[in-house]
Amino acid sequence: MAEDPLLEGRSLAALRGERLIFTGIDVTLAPGELLKLVGRNGAGKSTLMRMIAGLVTPFAGQVTWRGNPVGDDRDGFCAEMIYAGHQDGLKTALTAAENLALFGRLRGAESRSADHALAAFGIGDLSDLPVRFMSAGQRRRVSLARLLVAPARLWLLDEPLTALDTGAIEQLGAVVDAHRTDGGMVIAATHADLPGRPGKVLEIVPPDPFDDDDAFEDEPDASDGLEAGA
Amino acid sequence: MTHTFLMLIRRDLLLAHRQGGASLLAIAFFVLVVSLFPLGVGPAPEMLERIAAGTIWVAALLSVLLSLDRMFQADLEDGSLDQLALLPIPLSLVVLAKAIAHWLTTGLPLTLTAPLLGLLMQLSPDAYGALLIGMLLGTPTLSLIGAIGAALTVGVRRGGVLLTLIVTPLYIPVLIFGVSAVEAAAQGFSTTAHVLFLSAMLSGTIVIAPIAAAWSLKLALD
Repeated sequence: MAEDPLLEGRSLAALRGERLIFTGIDVTLAPGELLKLVGRNGAGKSTLMRMIAGLVTPFAGQVTWRGNPVGDDRDGFCAEMIYAGHQDGLKTALTAAENLALFGRLRGAESRSADHALAAFGIGDLSDLPVRFMSAGQRRRVSLARLLVAPARLWLLDEPLTALDTGAIEQLGAVVDAHRTDGGMVIAATHADLPGRPGKVLEIVPPDPFDDDDAFEDEPDASDGLEAGA
Repeated sequence: MTHTFLMLIRRDLLLAHRQGGASLLAIAFFVLVVSLFPLGVGPAPEMLERIAAGTIWVAALLSVLLSLDRMFQADLEDGSLDQLALLPIPLSLVVLAKAIAHWLTTGLPLTLTAPLLGLLMQLSPDAYGALLIGMLLGTPTLSLIGAIGAALTVGVRRGGVLLTLIVTPLYIPVLIFGVSAVEAAAQGFSTTAHVLFLSAMLSGTIVIAPIAAAWSLKLALD
């Protein structure tokens, strides 16, 4: 466990629509670690997740992978990372097995079969069913089964437990545990408890609004005018 | 990287095949629009022959336009655009693969249908070669330019109209050289200059369009 962290985010800040969502977030993750992101709705859990994945550019701060900024070798980082967003990213016209095979082949992992991945999430019997006939929970299981189709060191799971029943949550816990035993890393944004070995917890708190007020203190008129305007 | 690129093209072809009808719709629209002209302007062969090239090209251009808005929209809606953006290849190559798949499912079928419509429009027999070559070079350019428009409007609600407004002016050069190639051939002139211009536009857009579209997709995902 005393290994050096592979993933580091230093003093990350996010700006959405001229509003500072979070600032000064530090993330470190070493092999075998699980990081749980918590925070109230709108605190920026998904934004932080997308920032680590490289989909959102940090307003401030930097994400590094193996000591280098992810922007330097984006393709290398993407090859070692799977992002499971809160949208499932499945094609409803294709079957579960086709969706998984497509995902695996796009990431250059031909050898692993889709069946064992689906079986790990208890839907091995649904592999030939087009996704459009599946329930929300079944779709979520298929989307999580992608984690097992292509090998990746880092898993980013955004609200992975949405729509899952208790059985599936147990299965996800087991899969995450096995991944960590193999030296994998997981970041999960979730409020519910993930079964399995406990991990680190990072709470995202909104930045102090006082900074803004300080700026106006010298000019009380401007501040008043602003409040009246609002 | 080549493997992923080819897989992406296969993916879009498979999806187009499963969801069905994309190519058929484009062809049906193409045929219908062109067949309106003999009904509208009358079946006089000399009249039709004069407007044949322009009609076929404009209809092809409209058919391509009609099929553009789903190029990235469907992938954005179900979240698979995130997954495509996170593939270990540059996003511009993803765009290029999708544009190629788009051309294979619309531009190519339109090109192959065009000679039949030439028959309908009394196109001069000397002009078929120029029509085919022109469309073969011109329709990929339309798909590539369209990718920029589709990427710019990807997050926009009811972006179809906006997409048309952005893309149509950019289609004008292809239209001009495509039509004049056919007309030159019909009058017995050399079409080399037109073909070279169409090739130049294709070579330019094949480099610029994927990069431009990738940039606007990044903004849409941010």
